[in-house]
Amino acid sequence: MNLTLRIWRQSGPSDQGRMVTYQVDDVSPDMSFLEMLDVLNERLILDGEEPVAFDHDCREGICGMCGLMINGNAHGPQRGTTACQLHMRQFKDGDTIDIEPWRARAFPVIKDLVVNRGAFDKIIAAGGYITAPTGSAPEAHSVPVAKANADAAFSSAACIGCGACVAACPNGSAMLFTAAKVTQLSLLPQGQPERHTRVIGMVDAHDEAGFGGCTNAGECTVVCPKGIPLSTIGRLNRDYLTATTKSGDNTPGT
Amino acid sequence: MAVTGIMLVLFLIAHMLGNLKVFAGDASFNGYAHWLREIGTPVLPDVWFLWIMRVGLLVAVLGHIWAATVLALRARAARPVRYAHRKKVQGSYAARTMRWGGVIILLFVIYHILDLTTGTLNPVGDPSRPYANVVADFAPERWYVTLFYTLAIVALGFHLRHGVFSAVRSLGQQTPRGEQRARAVALVFAVVLCVGYLVVPFAVLTGLVS
Repeated sequence: MNLTLRIWRQSGPSDQGRMVTYQVDDVSPDMSFLEMLDVLNERLILDGEEPVAFDHDCREGICGMCGLMINGNAHGPQRGTTACQLHMRQFKDGDTIDIEPWRARAFPVIKDLVVNRGAFDKIIAAGGYITAPTGSAPEAHSVPVAKANADAAFSSAACIGCGACVAACPNGSAMLFTAAKVTQLSLLPQGQPERHTRVIGMVDAHDEAGFGGCTNAGECTVVCPKGIPLSTIGRLNRDYLTATTKSGDNTPGT
Repeated sequence: MAVTGIMLVLFLIAHMLGNLKVFAGDASFNGYAHWLREIGTPVLPDVWFLWIMRVGLLVAVLGHIWAATVLALRARAARPVRYAHRKKVQGSYAARTMRWGGVIILLFVIYHILDLTTGTLNPVGDPSRPYANVVADFAPERWYVTLFYTLAIVALGFHLRHGVFSAVRSLGQQTPRGEQRARAVALVFAVVLCVGYLVVPFAVLTGLVS
């Protein structure tokens, strides 16, 4: 396959950046999308040019590191997969492919296609944990959990924090990520002590990071590589309403 | 957004039911319109109830616009650099047209008040004869009024299709099955309301009401 790539090149955070066109020839349809970029980079290095910087780590769809806007689709045209799991057979010979970084004020571009997703860490630090003592794994039957709750918590816990929800959201909101991280704990007995301070703290941290507000548009769940359902945001809303109308001290972190 | 939206939806239902009285004839429709001004008497002085409702609606509309503006400004600030390649809508088309749809509805509401409440832009413009105002408004030679009305109502339908579901979701609807139900209810409600509002001008246009 011969492809034309239009890639966002930006030498650093203060550079203005631009789309640059590259030709890539002899691409195998069995290559992953990132392998295709590797081929391009090897050629650029041999030619003495700066290779394209992009994030990647496990290359098997579980680390959440890779994240590319491919033809306006977060993680590319295939549903339920990350960019590293996308194969070139999804494209046709002669295609032109636009590759851009995630676009959000809270995700500043570090270089080319690499963005700083540290804003997600701030949201997690504001409440995405439990204070129960951990240590070795306890006996699974000692704390009963209803099957429906276990399933819903697990589907939220599948979030890999890649940021595709933010990239696809017309409002630049990270509400699907925040909701997944809130509800994976609020549905389980271990998450109950901080249930209300958690949701207030994490939503506050979300807003402070500069993400937009959720309007239930539903673009996030379409591109989510882990298929986290939009109803997760409803669970967060329910918890937030309860937490903000409940009397008592709801100061995050107390 | 959700609370003010629900207040406006309740008004839309009452307004549609009132409109449909046009099929009960001249006297019934006019009688209904005059009764609206007298609700609550003699506990409340004349037209007080109407003005209380108007103030309530104005507060709801302003609150709705204020919340929408805050969300729109936040959305704009959250993505300072736009995508070069913009994908067509993948989620809900109705959800992505909320802001411009809302602006169209607002412009229509302003026109609608000047037309059928104050009578300023109405060919008859007699507040004591609302039936005559409506019939004159949607006369076949004023087809452009009917066209604008239809466009505004269709925009309202799209607005409600997403808005009703979104309001329920914002207020804590949280199960996937409930989401399917809420989306279905929103769709049926939007269609019913559109039909309920559109039968009046088209009945006038076709001569069914004259």
